[in-house]
Parts: sequence; C-alpha cells; structure tokens
Amino acid sequence: MNVKLFLTAEVIILPAALFLAVLRSLPGPVFFPIRALAIVYADLFRGLPTILVIFMLGFGMPALGLSWIPDSQFFWAVVALSLVYTAYVSEVYRAGIESVHPSQEAAARSLGLTHLQSLRHVVLPQAVRRVIPPLLNDFIGLQKDTALVGALGVVEAFRQAQIDQSATFNGTPYLVAGTLFVAITIPLARFTDWLIARDRRRSQAGRLA
Amino acid sequence: MNGEALRIEDVHKSFGKLEVLRGIDLALAEHEVVCLIGASGSGKSTLLRCVNLLEPIDAGRIVVGGEDVTSPGVDVNRVRRGIGIVFQAFNLFPHMTVLENVTLGPRKALGLSKAQAMEEADRLLARFGLADKRTEYPDRLSGGQQQRVAIVRAIAMRPQLLLLDEVTSALDPELVSEVLDAIRELADGGMTMLIATHEMGFARDVASRVCFIHEGRILEEGPPGEIFAAPKEERTRQFLQRIVAAGRM
Repeated sequence: MNVKLFLTAEVIILPAALFLAVLRSLPGPVFFPIRALAIVYADLFRGLPTILVIFMLGFGMPALGLSWIPDSQFFWAVVALSLVYTAYVSEVYRAGIESVHPSQEAAARSLGLTHLQSLRHVVLPQAVRRVIPPLLNDFIGLQKDTALVGALGVVEAFRQAQIDQSATFNGTPYLVAGTLFVAITIPLARFTDWLIARDRRRSQAGRLA
Repeated sequence: MNGEALRIEDVHKSFGKLEVLRGIDLALAEHEVVCLIGASGSGKSTLLRCVNLLEPIDAGRIVVGGEDVTSPGVDVNRVRRGIGIVFQAFNLFPHMTVLENVTLGPRKALGLSKAQAMEEADRLLARFGLADKRTEYPDRLSGGQQQRVAIVRAIAMRPQLLLLDEVTSALDPELVSEVLDAIRELADGGMTMLIATHEMGFARDVASRVCFIHEGRILEEGPPGEIFAAPKEERTRQFLQRIVAAGRM
C-alpha cells in the first residue's frame, strides 16, 4: 500500500513540480501574476503540516457529500501527498534552474531559441542532473510520510503494525514495518548514487559553467 | 559601396546608476570588419550584447539590415537568428556533444531537419579543423577548440552579422592564434563582423576600421593604420601606450 501510494504520488509530483518551477522562471512583468501564484502555492503547502493536509482532504472532502467528489481515501491521500510534495520538489527544481549560469541561457537565446526552448534544451537538462540527490532526499521523505496516511484508516504498513501490536502487545510488528521502509529507501539511495556516477562518466557537465 | 549591415544610433545603456553606454553611433557596411578597442569596462561587451538584444537599450536605435530591431513589438528571437555572437567564456552547452551544440540552433530556431543540420554542421566543423571532435563533450576539448566550436555554432545559423566579444581573452597564449585564424578565414569569406578585442595586432590585420571606446563613447575611429600609428586623441594614445608596455602589440 505504501509503495503504491508513493509511486502514484511520485508520478504526479515529478511533472507537476517541474511545471511549477518553470512557471516561476517565466520572465518579465507580463507573467508576474503567474509567478506570484506559483510562489503562494509553494509557500502555502510547504508551511502546512502534511498530516493537516491529509486530514483536511481525507476527511473533509468526502464529508462535503457532493456526489461528483470521489470518496476514496486512497485518492485523497494521493492528492494530499502530491500537493505537499509538489511544493517541496518545485523548490528543488528551482534551485537547480538557478544554479545554471545565466550565460547558458544567454548563449541559447543568442541562437534565436525562445525562453521555453532554452529551458527545455539547455537549462533543464543541466538543472535536473544537478538536483537528482536532493530530489531523492524528498522521495525518501515522501516514502516515509505515506505512513501518515494510516491516520485516515487506509491500512498501510504502519497502521497494520499498530493493529498487530495492539492485538499481541508485542513490539515486533513495528520493527518489521521499520525494516520494510528502510528496505525500500536504501535501494533508492544506491540507485541515485549509480545515476550520479554514470552521469559523471558520460560527461562532467556539473563541473563546467 | 555595399549595403548597410548595421547602424547604431545614439545608443544609451545604464545598469542602475552606472551609465555604461553614453551615446554610441556606429555603422557597418556589409562584409565590413570593425574592431572595438578600449579598456575593460569601457562598454565594448555591453554594446555587443545590446546589438544582440541580450540587453535592452535605454535610448537610441539599432538598425540591422534596414530593420529597426529596437522598436517595440519586434520578434527578438527572429532578430537573434540573424545575428551570431561568440562569447569570451565560450558558453558551450556542457551536456551536449560538439555536434549537438552546433545543430541545436539550426534545428530548433531555423527548423532544419536533423539530417540537414548535421550535414551543414559536419561541413563547418571540417572547415575549422574540428571534424574529429564532433562526438566529444566540450570539457574534453582545449580552450582554443572550444572557442572554435562556439564560432561554428554561431555561423551554423548563417547570420548576416557576427559579434565577437573578446573571444581570445580566456585562452592560453599558445591557443590564441588558432582562434584568430578562424576569424580571419571568416573575414576573407566576407562575413560582416563587429569584434571587441584586446589583440591589437589582429585588429590591425583584419579590421577595415578600428573604434576606440572610452567611458561609453566612441572617442576615435578610423582605419587601423591611422589609429595605431597616429592616434589623434590623447586618451587613445595613453591606452595604446599601456598596451605596448604590456607587450601585447
């Protein structure tokens, strides 16, 4: 259940956060309202405790009783985690975008590429490579935070451990749940290391500019 | 006389309170090569960046090939396609191979097919002695090779005007000549160029005119023979003396 939550949310978060970061990079006064909205979003959802968002959506939305609103708690858990983590991850992308020297954008624009083409072909490929480690950090955080969803009554690993522990008065289920979490996050960390090493072999992109 | 490639009229540019360009007037005929000389901070680079529309100007006009490119509503991307610029620090894209660096502009901005762009790129790379580097990443090349790739990247767009911003200043001395030779070849091929440079010997060889820029104005301009042999202005004389004293001429 945790893995399913994590993967579903991640599929939404990665493109959504990138989109948000790109919105925030749009230049000029014309795009000020869009930039402002992106900033408000990021500030708001980084400021709210994740558990609060999960409760508000998980209990609040189905309670509205509107027929067109899904009442699946899994659905709202995914929405809540996606909303919160999109805010975090967009900041990571933004840091990556800003770490690419402005001369790279200037070089791309001087060839007649538009701002979005420059982002797509020149800035983002370099930015994303640089932020893979902090991105993974957020994924691990997300994977752990899937445990919060148990509070909604969705039976995930931590909730199951609580149930088992109450039934047996034995702490072992917690140990098992903890082991499960770590068993997922450690391979993720090694995978990132491998990605970074592979990238370094291919080109030393991060060293230049 | 040929047609006019570029006309700069009374261009002013400030960064905050610092007025970098204080009324520049300059015209280039087609196929003409003009060198801008002057101390660091005199405004040479800023002028080139303004012509490429990388910096908006505060007052004045820039006319490229008869079109006022500084009037509002002009499509800056279209204008930039016709004006190449080569930077002091190369600014190659480090995550792309040489070939990808060169073909990016033609493919994405000119809309050439990948095959067309690659054919053209290979032809240009061969012309500048870089054919064997086409699949290398920039950080595997010497500074001189990187700068030649940057030149090829700029001319792959078939610009009507090429701007060169102190393209040899970041190079080790022994690598300077290969880049200057590449520019000389472009001059021989009839490329219209506006060159900011500290290489006075090169300016004397290649330029039809030399402009001495001092504190945001063109203080003196003329054929290189006149400027270097008999500068009229005291400031020009002082500047050239310092260059000679530094052994750069």
